[in-house]
Amino acid sequence: MVREIRLVLTIATLLPDLLGTYGDGGNGLVLAERARRRGNDVRLVTMELGDELPEAEIYLLGGGEDGPQRLARDLLIEGSFHARVEGGATVLAVCAGLQILGESFSVEGDDEFEGLGIVDVRTKRARTRSVGELLVDVGGRALVGFENHGGETSLGDGVTPLGRVRRGRGNDGNFDGFRSGSIWATYAHGPVLALNPWLADELLQSVLGHALEPLVSVADDLYNERVAALNSR
Amino acid sequence: MTTPTPYWFQPALLETPPLSGAKVLQKDQPPPGWSFCVFRLVSVKSMRNDLSLRDRVAIGGVRLVNVASRVLKRGSGTVAGGQIGLLVSPELLKKLARGRRTVLVTGTNGKTTTTAMVGAGWGSEVATNDTGANMLAGHVAALVGSASEHVVLEVDEAWLADAVSSIEPEVVVLLNLSRDQLDRASEVRQMAERWRKCLAGPGGETRLVVANANDPLVVFAASDAARVLWCDVPTDWQADARSCPRCTRALVRTGTSWHCECGFAKPTTLGVTLRSGLVIHGREVPLELSLPGHFNEANAAMALAALYEVGIDPVVAVARINAVRGVAGRFTRRRWHGHTLELLLAKNPSGFDALITTVQDGHQDLWIAINARIADGRDPSWLYDVPFERLKGHRVWCLGERRLDLAARLEYGGVDFEVVDDPDLIPVSPSPTALLANYTAFSEWLERSDSC
Ligand SMILES: [Zn+2]
Repeated sequence: MVREIRLVLTIATLLPDLLGTYGDGGNGLVLAERARRRGNDVRLVTMELGDELPEAEIYLLGGGEDGPQRLARDLLIEGSFHARVEGGATVLAVCAGLQILGESFSVEGDDEFEGLGIVDVRTKRARTRSVGELLVDVGGRALVGFENHGGETSLGDGVTPLGRVRRGRGNDGNFDGFRSGSIWATYAHGPVLALNPWLADELLQSVLGHALEPLVSVADDLYNERVAALNSR
Repeated sequence: MTTPTPYWFQPALLETPPLSGAKVLQKDQPPPGWSFCVFRLVSVKSMRNDLSLRDRVAIGGVRLVNVASRVLKRGSGTVAGGQIGLLVSPELLKKLARGRRTVLVTGTNGKTTTTAMVGAGWGSEVATNDTGANMLAGHVAALVGSASEHVVLEVDEAWLADAVSSIEPEVVVLLNLSRDQLDRASEVRQMAERWRKCLAGPGGETRLVVANANDPLVVFAASDAARVLWCDVPTDWQADARSCPRCTRALVRTGTSWHCECGFAKPTTLGVTLRSGLVIHGREVPLELSLPGHFNEANAAMALAALYEVGIDPVVAVARINAVRGVAGRFTRRRWHGHTLELLLAKNPSGFDALITTVQDGHQDLWIAINARIADGRDPSWLYDVPFERLKGHRVWCLGERRLDLAARLEYGGVDFEVVDDPDLIPVSPSPTALLANYTAFSEWLERSDSC
């Protein structure tokens, strides 16, 4: 007799009180719903200020303001986050979340702060803030989103950008975000996975280890509309 | 065909005598120092004598542009006029406000309503910016529009410091502070810090800050002001102040209070409390609003506290405020193609949160219209900060230019929805339908519908 072992997929949003200024909470919701509708058992958990790092297969890091961003970095460096990422946990980091994964960041003023040091990237304060729609070519697929940040991020040798910027600035005007092992990072803040259902599914497939059946939803209409709107401008 | 001769300036049109020492310009001679062509001066009545010639020209400019843009149907004209006025005389706002009793109202939500409540409660003519133009140009236009000694102005959060230093108000009302249009405004903590600096600055000894004691960001902003009246009013939205505005540690909430390890805490000397009833400086005030929602009760309490400071008895003022039924089309019933719509404006997560509480019991179907133009903030990410899950069991008709963003949000939240490409196809309901809309979507629906 073969006993089926059902895995529960756990998705953890980290420190939304500190990192979560722009509706980033949507990413956890989108992943959980898209996995659940394909028959997976999903737990969506949140690590708030004062909580221990939960055990999870997917961690989500959002955008944030300057002071809270530094506190989030302090709290994550204390716990087992680094070890869990090295152990293969998947991470989606946007905006400030992207910055704190790196070696260093300075966002406001010229003080430089040490990052979590998980990926060899560095963020300096850019001369201007980037606010506006972002269109990125990720291996031939369009990623659409909105960026609002004052950072300029340079990638170390061996760190692959997520994609090439077609509109907006991303890291530096040429590339946006990065891919490193099981880490995905982008400057497209907020509910980037709601806007890009294919990216949500790619993340889920990498964790679940198998292809997912298609899921028809209004999110596809939204994605097509945003891609068309951004390409037409 | 004759070309009319442009007048650069015509002093005879000024109805008050020119100031001694002021230069009188000659016809056909360009004005020195500024490039502004006045073809016909609008008469400048009831202006005080300390206005310079330049100020008078500037005021004429405000009126001229206001009239012109109303005729051309380009906006309500106040912003363009005010901008011209400020361009001609940067000190204009300061001079126009001098000697008047002014209340400024700011905050993320409720500014327009609270400003209208202060105006109504004052019981006399007020100079006010009820067109929604809430930056300096709008303030100039409001002060040119009425010579009343009583002034109440709504102020955009980002312009508070400039407005306070120019206008030198008697009272500043701080309603609340939460995320709103982050693609153009700076982030909420930075905003709170800018408020704090401005309110700790010059003029603080006489100025009263009326501040919401349940909003930690507002308490932080008022914490260094010399005179503060703390108002204990219901404030549901706490998502933007879970971490301490002073030190970023987690705030601890216990019952109706909150504090931080660093010592930052909810104020204990409360001049205004609104729990089972409204009490202002120890006196019970019979608050029975015609407007819906708990948030409007909080707005009214703070409006009454501001009026108390300028000498209006709250028991007298509250009767006037209770009678307010709609503010700039908000909360009003409208008719459109056989539908009866209750038009409600919300511009950000906290605003939507409050409106959902207000409408969810009485309405099965809701219309929600979302745009993302410049005035709305071009990034609708905030839809994921609105607790739309509370609308499970309802059906939402998604309208507006960003209806697909709304529909995707609702689908992930498990709420029934219909994407409406043509509103004419929505079946007419016999009972009124609540229509929640953000800024430009609200304006469109106000324009296309008729009053009941
Ligand atoms: Zn603190």
